[in-house]
Amino acid sequence: MNRLQRRVAALLLAALLAGCAAKPQGTVVLLPDADGRSTAVSVKQDEGELLLDKPYAAAQLTSRGPLTSTSSAEQVQAQFGTALAARPLPPQQFTLYFVEGKDEFTDESKRAFDGVFAEIAKRPVPDVLVIGHTDKVGTDAFNDALSRQRAEVVRKALVARGIAAENVVVVGRGKREPIVPTADGVAEPRNRRVEILVR
Amino acid sequence: MKVAFLLPLRCAWLALALAIALPAAAEIGQIKTRKGQVSVERQGQLLPAEVGMKLEAADTLKTGADGAVGITMRDDSLLSAGPNSILSLQHFDFDATTSQGRFDAQLQRGTLAVVSGRIAKQSPQAMTVRTPSAQLAVRGTDFVVAVGE
Repeated sequence: MNRLQRRVAALLLAALLAGCAAKPQGTVVLLPDADGRSTAVSVKQDEGELLLDKPYAAAQLTSRGPLTSTSSAEQVQAQFGTALAARPLPPQQFTLYFVEGKDEFTDESKRAFDGVFAEIAKRPVPDVLVIGHTDKVGTDAFNDALSRQRAEVVRKALVARGIAAENVVVVGRGKREPIVPTADGVAEPRNRRVEILVR
Repeated sequence: MKVAFLLPLRCAWLALALAIALPAAAEIGQIKTRKGQVSVERQGQLLPAEVGMKLEAADTLKTGADGAVGITMRDDSLLSAGPNSILSLQHFDFDATTSQGRFDAQLQRGTLAVVSGRIAKQSPQAMTVRTPSAQLAVRGTDFVVAVGE
């Protein structure tokens, strides 16, 4: 073997070793955000780090660190279709409003309630949190009771339409968490509400 | 003789460890979708996974060749795994009032789709997904991960 041959052999060996070393270990793909917000994932291996910050930016995980690549909707569907199809429905949040000092829905919220029920009914195992609030008219004790009562009204209405009672958790927060900050004693319709989280 | 002497002591430690661990078993999420064969490994036991099942920290989900599973975590993160996957919910703590917390999951095998929730939104870096060779820091996002070639 002359010097040149030896050098070529050494290079081939190095290339072979490098090829072996860069064993594929996985893939990470950033997907477009459903609400169009900007998102990012940083991919870190002992050998290096990559930031994915554009839709379909991808990292190939290898034994030599992450390698930049690009994926597509079709490729993602082919590899991850089953995982994506198993994704639960995204949690939804609703707000319903009440008549001053009472546990009665406003007319508008009476109509909105159907939408809440429909969203819950779509889910095989709904998990619902109902948080009652009041405006700042009245004492803490009065508003704590009223906020709880408002949340209870929502729960009863849901149960009456067939939602299992154990899937609905009720909380009253009184006048502590107004949406619109006001002085004490101020009547504010936007604060007389229940927030409903549906998961 | 020495072993026989030590064994009850070890059992006592184990019992103590369990006694401390058990009351802390709070719900961290729930199985919302399931297809094919899926099981949950909890404290060494393999349980059949059902829709509606409540999950606890340190649970590991395993899907068969025909399996898939989707879970909603208490912070509204959505995780779903495809066939032949092993997903461990290694650590989860979450304060629903402040949205502070920490979530570490590991995909040992298979495919996983993730929409991060309130923990990642509140504090970037507070949610990580690991694979056997990589660590993903999540900054409020929707992504997929596969382990293998």
